[in-house]
Amino acid sequence: MADIAFLLLIFFLTTTEIVEEKGLLVKLPPWEDNRTEILHPPKRNVFSVLVNDNDELLVRGERIDLADLRARTKTFITNPEQLSTLPQNPRRAIISLKNDRGTSYATYLGVYNELQAAYNELWDEAAQERFGVPYSEELPIEQRRAIRSDIPLVLSEAEPTDITID
Amino acid sequence: MSKFKKKRGKAMPTISTASLPDIIFMLLFFFMVVTVLRQSELQLKVVTPEATELTKLDDKQLVNYIYIGKPTPKYVDIYGTAPQIQLNDKISKINEIPFFLLDHKKDIPEKKHGLITTSLRVDGEITMGIVTDVKTELRKAGQLRVNYSAKTRQRDL
Repeated sequence: MADIAFLLLIFFLTTTEIVEEKGLLVKLPPWEDNRTEILHPPKRNVFSVLVNDNDELLVRGERIDLADLRARTKTFITNPEQLSTLPQNPRRAIISLKNDRGTSYATYLGVYNELQAAYNELWDEAAQERFGVPYSEELPIEQRRAIRSDIPLVLSEAEPTDITID
Repeated sequence: MSKFKKKRGKAMPTISTASLPDIIFMLLFFFMVVTVLRQSELQLKVVTPEATELTKLDDKQLVNYIYIGKPTPKYVDIYGTAPQIQLNDKISKINEIPFFLLDHKKDIPEKKHGLITTSLRVDGEITMGIVTDVKTELRKAGQLRVNYSAKTRQRDL
């Protein structure tokens, strides 16, 4: 009996794999054949993140490390000191992400992850403040909507540059 | 005149193996539940990057997988060393993606079509060029729910 069970067990061990079914869930923008006109939002509302083919980051014209990106993004969105160079309120903030075709996928995902993390942390703080619970799937949908309409994630990805063409 | 008898044999009593099948079966069922049958042999080297803001993919029926990576040494002779796309069990061209999506869609009830997620399992060392091309193809095909597959990152940046 045990032999048969062992045989089955070993068969399953070899033919299966444990896949990590985890990842960053994103919603791509729909494809439009004719380009809509390009909007130019006020400069203070735009948080531009450029990644070049050497995996270096240029955030609002300044070179920074990936480790600082999360804090930078949060300061930009909340504008704690009400500076005139940052958006008036989080609703106006726009994240603009642009990479090169030569950027490594790991860096791209790292940057995306940090931007998402900044928003997740802000949503969490807002949920703690208003409802006393962390932001999660368990939170009623209306409450989640309320938070997300106050701090909406607006991330626009530009067509990547191609250094091999220039 | 002690009342306590000395124990006779010094030998250990043998452990009963009657419960062994039960234990092994338990293990077997555990593995059957937590694993997925390998659908296809991976012909590419895919080591997904690490991230922290991860969501779990629930319904595996509603997920299709696109692998992007460099061919493994075994397949370098056939496909070369440039990054390739694998759909199901074979290396494919980008223009085969719409058909691949339709093929997956046809087995799913129509009301669940909006929940279909494409899991992009991309090697961390791949450059964004090919990934962008795949994303464009997905957008053109109307498949907008995408999951960038990643591992959990434990350490700080």
